[in-house]
Amino acid sequence: MHKTRFFDHLILICGVLFLMTPVVVAFMTSTHTAAEIHSKGLMLSPGGHFAETYTTVLTRQGGFTGQVTGARMVMNSFILGVGFAAGKIILSMLAAYAIVYFRFRMANLAFWIIFTTLLLPLEVRIMPSYQVMTQLGLINTYTGLIVPLLASATGTFYFRQFFKSVPDELLEAARIDGAGPFKFFIDVLVPLSRTMMAAIFIIMFVYGWNQYLWPMLMTTDESFFTLMRGIKSILQVWIGSQIPDYNEAFALAVLAMLPPVLIVVIFQRWFIKGLTESDK
Amino acid sequence: MATIDINQVSKIYTGGVTAVRSVDINIADGEFIVLVGPSGCGKSTLLRMVAGLEVISQGAVRIGDRVVNDVDPADRDIAMVFQNYALYPHMTVYENLAYGLKNRGTPKAEIAERVAEAARMLQLEPYLERRPRALSGGQRQRVAMGRAIVRKPAAFLFDEPLSNLDAKLRVSMRGEIKRLQRRLGTTSIYVTHDQLEAMTLADRLVVLNGGQIEQIGAPLEVYHTPASTFVASFIGSPAMNLVKGDLHGDRLAIGPAMFELGGYAPASGPLTVGLRAEDLRIAREGEVSFALRVDYVEELGSQRLVHGTLGDQPLTAALPPETALGDAINLAIPPDRLHFFANETGKRIGNGLPAPTTPAAERLGAGRLVAHR
Amino acid sequence: MKRVQFSSPYLPYVFLAPQLAVIVIFFYWPSVQAIQSSFYLEDPFGFGSTFVGLSNYADAFASAEYGRIARFTVVFTGLVTFFSLSLGLLLAVKADAVIRGNAAYKTLLISVYTIAPPVAGLIGMMFFDQHIGPFVKIAAFFGWEMKVGLNYVDTAFAMVVVAVWKQIPYNFIFFLSGLQSVPVSVREAAAIDCRSGFRRFWTVVLPLLAPTAFFLLVINITYSLFDTFGIIDVMVKDKAANNPITLVYKVYMDGFRGNDIGGSSAQSVILMVVVFVLTILQFRFIERRVHYT
Repeated sequence: MHKTRFFDHLILICGVLFLMTPVVVAFMTSTHTAAEIHSKGLMLSPGGHFAETYTTVLTRQGGFTGQVTGARMVMNSFILGVGFAAGKIILSMLAAYAIVYFRFRMANLAFWIIFTTLLLPLEVRIMPSYQVMTQLGLINTYTGLIVPLLASATGTFYFRQFFKSVPDELLEAARIDGAGPFKFFIDVLVPLSRTMMAAIFIIMFVYGWNQYLWPMLMTTDESFFTLMRGIKSILQVWIGSQIPDYNEAFALAVLAMLPPVLIVVIFQRWFIKGLTESDK
Repeated sequence: MATIDINQVSKIYTGGVTAVRSVDINIADGEFIVLVGPSGCGKSTLLRMVAGLEVISQGAVRIGDRVVNDVDPADRDIAMVFQNYALYPHMTVYENLAYGLKNRGTPKAEIAERVAEAARMLQLEPYLERRPRALSGGQRQRVAMGRAIVRKPAAFLFDEPLSNLDAKLRVSMRGEIKRLQRRLGTTSIYVTHDQLEAMTLADRLVVLNGGQIEQIGAPLEVYHTPASTFVASFIGSPAMNLVKGDLHGDRLAIGPAMFELGGYAPASGPLTVGLRAEDLRIAREGEVSFALRVDYVEELGSQRLVHGTLGDQPLTAALPPETALGDAINLAIPPDRLHFFANETGKRIGNGLPAPTTPAAERLGAGRLVAHR
Repeated sequence: MKRVQFSSPYLPYVFLAPQLAVIVIFFYWPSVQAIQSSFYLEDPFGFGSTFVGLSNYADAFASAEYGRIARFTVVFTGLVTFFSLSLGLLLAVKADAVIRGNAAYKTLLISVYTIAPPVAGLIGMMFFDQHIGPFVKIAAFFGWEMKVGLNYVDTAFAMVVVAVWKQIPYNFIFFLSGLQSVPVSVREAAAIDCRSGFRRFWTVVLPLLAPTAFFLLVINITYSLFDTFGIIDVMVKDKAANNPITLVYKVYMDGFRGNDIGGSSAQSVILMVVVFVLTILQFRFIERRVHYT
């Protein structure tokens, strides 16, 4: 019954080709010169201009004000990804801890206040959110970039599910062993959640790194641009130019997708576990 | 070391469900008490109230001379062994054992000493640096025991500690727990649904049903004089046969079978009669006997269980393995081995017929049984 | 919840405070503002606003353009959901059947998941580029003169392809883990009861996969409606005029490009209702799932 058939492999290979070819082509093409691409089209083999193109993209002062380099954008994307993931884990772990492990009157209300946020994605309330940020003076700050994205329940939901799956007896044993709320959290719950935290960190990092619309609105100062924002501006420059900088656009795309792809491939098991076991 | 007094304790949940109803148990210092009963009888709830993991709705629990109703579990001076062990998976065996002591501010040297002592007692020395994941079920169970021992508490509380183990390991761990408790002399309360475990471990059994105590007594006392049909059917394996009977004066009728009770007449009219399968035997020539129609036989090796019907009522007899069987067999039972229960309440009636005095019976009665014979 | 819980008069509030603060400031405040401003007509030059009742909603529903965009959104959502779900399922079933090379396929198929929508859009743009795009050349070979960014249908086609491409891995991950959680004993029982592999899949495995599929259906609809923003924004390059866009993109265009805050807010609220219904569906489903397992 477990005999593998030729057709299974064929379909899988087609699938892999369909999904992976664009990525490979993007990388290969980015190592050729713009003129070459313009005349010959997309490339499937490596060219000789890898170092050149990537150095240019990372170090050239670009943009309208000439302030932002690719490296700066990579750094901003990292700040957004890491800041978002760390903030998410801290806020949501604490909140989930309160909801699952404490008996208090407002527990139900708090639960609903938090979980209602699952109902409305950021895209739907983008305009008023922007206005609020203007009123608070948070445009062009890392705070404004990161903190509003934390206003969702996903992380809390993950941790709540996870905490509920921790055997009750562990808390009971810890209480008999004389552990109070802080000790139990630090000594037992945090170490137990390490895998979960890693998985959520990965998912949230990718989510933060990939943010597009929010950074686009929150940053007008180019020194706060993330890679995603950079992609938007490279396309804006593109319009009207004779030979567009295809190579640089591809290089930027490769830079933008490389860290998340690497992380997910390396930590695949955690990633899948975190995604499938808590997203439900 | 301490006594534990459970005084009129009840547990009423917010929905109005009563899980434990006015339970009274006085536990002597060093005594091994087993709470036994079917699932949902309130035995675990009672134990958790003693531990401080459940709020006591009514009544009082006293450990030593202190009422502990409002005392935090950590301050009750008890240790608990859980069914799923509840070991901290991210800590080594050593850290698991030491955690409770560390939280109490015990000096490091003393922790090391006590952990070493417990590890020696439980043969855990080779595993101290391992994580629970790398241990077998029996070893995990021993770590859970060790965690209780190192604390040198006033009482051990066991919540079905053996039910996650396979049958063979269960028997050997049972022995180990008994030995350890004897050696340490620590007052213990042990919860189980397994009557065999209860019989073998207990100094005294507490049989619970529907949140109430059915009977408290030494294992043999409970076995020989069950206080109700519930206890009769719960303690002992195979379960005691309970059949409908009719008592007129000292003459007892069970279906077609008639018994002479020699002047003993605890009641009159219809009642429930209990016969232990192991008290039934093949009738000798000329003895008062009754016929059992044989349905099927279970061979246990040391004996054979013969299942059949007496009149229209099922009955099981445990007979020696070499017994010859046919479609029907003639059985006898000494009248002093019959148990009588009221039909309506299920409560025991009378103490049974006085046994004919024989040297053997006297020797037997010289022990604990003397009290109720 | 837990049988035993801590009780403390202030600790739970301390732990909840940061999360609640962020949510109140950055979720409830803007959401309430959205609903509020949907009833107002804002002066484009910022000189106050007038209460206009439901007229922003009426305008939206009466507008032919809104209707056209709504119709495109429905078609787009339907196509993207259908293709990414069915291709994801197909690949998952095959990967589940293959033993040798299983891990390699998995890694390769999953890696695309993390690519951000705008990056996907950018790569898609290149493949559909007038000068260098191989897809355009292939299409030209069949006599289809593809003008992505200029021709409405061509752009829509490219958008669907890119959106499906990006979403397949997500569905693949979930379907595969759903398939692998079908107990071996059930499969073996099915193998004894039923000879045809296809029938077996149809009658035994697929029903067991239904909860996963339903969950993914909702997720994919949400994805098509909202998360494709980046793809669309990159592909239409801010020139929505002749190009297909979705409702979310129109909210953005009207709000930020057209400065029609009232109208944009009214459209936001309409979308909120859609998401609300979807999420309620999902919650009900989660509840049911909890009962079943």
